Amino acid sequence: MSERLDCDVTVVGGGVAGLAAAVALRQSGLSVTVLEKRLCGAGASGVNFGGVRQQGRELVELPLAARSRKLWDGLNAFLGEDVEFEATGHIKLARSEADLAELERYAAAAAEWGLELTMLGPNAVRDALPWLGEKVVGASLSPTDGQANPRVVGPAYARLARRLGVDIREMTPVVAATRSGTDRFTVEAAGLTVTSRHLVNTAGAGGGLLAAAFGEAAPVTPLNPNMLVTEPLPYFVERSIGVVGGDVYVRQIRRGNVIFGGGSGWHDAEKGLARPVTEQSIGGMLRTLQLVPGLTHAQVIRSWSGVDGQMPDHIPVIGPSSTTPGLVHAFGFSGHGFQLGPAVGVILSELVLAGRTESPIAPFRIERFAGHAGAAPAAGPVHVEH
Amino acid sequence: MTAPKSPRVVVIGAGPAGLRAVEVLARAGLRPVLVDEASRPGGQIYRQPPAGAERPPEALYGLEAGKARALHALPAELGAAIDYRPGTLAWAIEDTGIDLLGPKGFERLDFDRLILATGAMDRVLPFPGWTLPGVFTLGAAQIALKAQGMAIGARVALVGAGPLLPLIVHQYRKAGATVVAALDVTPFGAKVAALPGLLNEPVTLAKGLWYTARNAMAGLSIRSGVAAVAVQGRDRVEALVWRDAKGREHRVACDAVGASFGLRSEAQLADLAKLDFVFEPVTRQWIPRRDPAGRSSRADVYLAGDGAGIGGADAAELQGARAALALLEDIGRPVEAARVAALDARLARQARFRAALERAYPFPAHLVDAIADDEILCRCEGITAGTVRAAARDREAGEMNRLKALTRLGMGRCQGRVCGQAAAEVLARALDRDVATVGRLRGNPPVKPIPIREALT
Ligand SMILES: Cc1cc2nc3c(=O)[nH]c(=O)nc-3n(C[C@H](O)[C@H](O)[C@H](O)COP(=O)(O)OP(=O)(O)OC[C@H]3O[C@@H](n4cnc5c(N)ncnc54)[C@H](O)[C@@H]3O)c2cc1C
Repeated sequence: MSERLDCDVTVVGGGVAGLAAAVALRQSGLSVTVLEKRLCGAGASGVNFGGVRQQGRELVELPLAARSRKLWDGLNAFLGEDVEFEATGHIKLARSEADLAELERYAAAAAEWGLELTMLGPNAVRDALPWLGEKVVGASLSPTDGQANPRVVGPAYARLARRLGVDIREMTPVVAATRSGTDRFTVEAAGLTVTSRHLVNTAGAGGGLLAAAFGEAAPVTPLNPNMLVTEPLPYFVERSIGVVGGDVYVRQIRRGNVIFGGGSGWHDAEKGLARPVTEQSIGGMLRTLQLVPGLTHAQVIRSWSGVDGQMPDHIPVIGPSSTTPGLVHAFGFSGHGFQLGPAVGVILSELVLAGRTESPIAPFRIERFAGHAGAAPAAGPVHVEH
Repeated sequence: MTAPKSPRVVVIGAGPAGLRAVEVLARAGLRPVLVDEASRPGGQIYRQPPAGAERPPEALYGLEAGKARALHALPAELGAAIDYRPGTLAWAIEDTGIDLLGPKGFERLDFDRLILATGAMDRVLPFPGWTLPGVFTLGAAQIALKAQGMAIGARVALVGAGPLLPLIVHQYRKAGATVVAALDVTPFGAKVAALPGLLNEPVTLAKGLWYTARNAMAGLSIRSGVAAVAVQGRDRVEALVWRDAKGREHRVACDAVGASFGLRSEAQLADLAKLDFVFEPVTRQWIPRRDPAGRSSRADVYLAGDGAGIGGADAAELQGARAALALLEDIGRPVEAARVAALDARLARQARFRAALERAYPFPAHLVDAIADDEILCRCEGITAGTVRAAARDREAGEMNRLKALTRLGMGRCQGRVCGQAAAEVLARALDRDVATVGRLRGNPPVKPIPIREALT
């Protein structure tokens, strides 16, 4: 017999976004159930590059990124666990005059959105990164950006949520969701039916399917950045490094491993799992070596990938449903939602509790895809995921 | 009219299983590719010294010298009928492509059919002092002897939990080393109980007894039922302390220790090939699923030898041939039914023998319980058993991959090849659950470290 639960809010998807929302909602006194098809924080939130970066984002994301950045400062205390956040700064390199012009344009625009970047000339770049192998014409530095350990952030949020009384169900994929009658959602998972007044869709790459169950089009495609890591080496890459164009990014953790990425991996849609792709890995190794020749004698010990949801315009869907009162979405972070997670959780709780948020989320509304082909019919329980 | 193109068949591993597989395939005219990390054929058990440092097989392989000789000669005998790639690491598999790192750098090799014959390595369990310089696995102690012509020390103590122990003791004595102690951490009673099953392979059993007898004649008997071992020493091995079945403590001075606790299948490539795995309860490990003929869960991939469950060298030879015959059958080549039937009968007998052997050497669970909290479990990352237990208790580490994410265990150079099984045992006990329920570390490429600079070539 299937177990039945009733609560105020059902959260589908236990990544950073969903777990941060669950924590905030519970702290406001609501009863919350999280349904996660694998383990909490095992999706994109647990396997990403670990960049906590504002620089380079779409400008409309900057207010959310700034709000999140404040939360990162206090995250260890908030979660009761060290998530290895460090504001190492993030340097984006220009390898051509055209790249440099792009950085300058971005820095000027970002300043108007409140993000202060420092432009570095070739000499200043040399001073900051004496080990750099490639000729660069300049760079921009975002001193407040940094990095954290993604593997521990999601699980730490999940533990805090449990301590607060959130009912977290792992290995529990949601297969159908409906809004029955006037004001209640019914969410079906294997062996479990949850009814609630509110539904939060933080299903990451699976967010589009859940939205479709309510007749909303959200064309999410899988995004699988290809990542590698070396054996531990003496610490010398003190900043997080990116390039214009994004074909390579590098950081080093205090333990000594150099983590780098670039290109994209492979995705098994059926199993929802991602794998690195050799050709991309070798390309990433080559570009990283050009950037950091000091790695010549290093060994690569592991490569991996993950699955994030990618939207056609590279910014997420965040906000209330256009068809169904009580449903709010936050998915499709397009490869840069780790940094945003803590703020998105708070924004979701504001939307559930008050129907509004202090953050400017209009650009992220789901209605922007309304005309998009492929919207599922609104009626009846719609199959969501195996 | 042209004849149908032969499928490209690749065999990974040039040990007993892989060599017998390529032999069958080559004689059927398929020209298989044989890939092996080592520079000479033989695998771990029949590993050869480097060119120029040869010693007679009798000195290296004892009673198995004839088998070693025959296998070593195979690639040369088969000549152009095989495409042999020594010194080549297969470090990833993507669908039907294998990534190689050989003398000429990275290379992609596509296959129509693949036989994985990747062998096994020692199973490691931590014990006090196990990370001191001078402590080796039994396999490493053997490799030092076979490949380098040297012993791990002059006064050596050997500790084991499997049938390899009597053999290594014999090999070490023959090599002129003084074996000061030979300790079996599994109970003697189990061997007596397993005797009827061991009679399935009377010759193999007799060889085991022969080694044991020769060792005994030399005044060295293997102590069974050893309850605990610990290595002492300041910056390297100085002594081995052990407790016998009656609880008495003994101490022997030595300068090197070889210790292993059975074998584990090298199954990372099987994992990357996305084969189904099953938990094998007797040896307590996850192995790729195969049928008795060596067919895996994937129609184009076959398994042979210790890489898919421990069976020993003789079984590996049979399995290699059998998997190759299965492959030939599957691609519509004629195979002799009588030959298949004979092989199957021998494999069935081997399997019964092996099952008895595993019962004779049960997993030494008492050693896991004895691992102290401050003992290092993952030596790449310096993660202790206490950290694992705390993660189970306080941080909801309910399975191996979550344990890795939270603690860094298995995140180092070996990617958990060495510590993974011991960690699973410690984690399962901390959770008071069966070890099968904590799963296994997911495989990621590369299966062994690869130099980043190879991307330049
Ligand atoms: C390799 C990689 C590198 C990245 N690097 C960075 C970076 O450096 N910086 C950065 O800011 N961002 C980065 N990102 C992006 C970032 O990781 C994601 O945007 C962010 O983690 C998304 O959080 P989420 O909670 O929406 O998704 P997820 O963490 O994927 O969580 C969604 C969860 O929903 C669950 N789910 C899905 N469908 C169902 C269902 N039907 N029922 C139940 N549960 C379901 C999934 O199992 C999953 O756990 C990277 C992403 C990847 C993959």
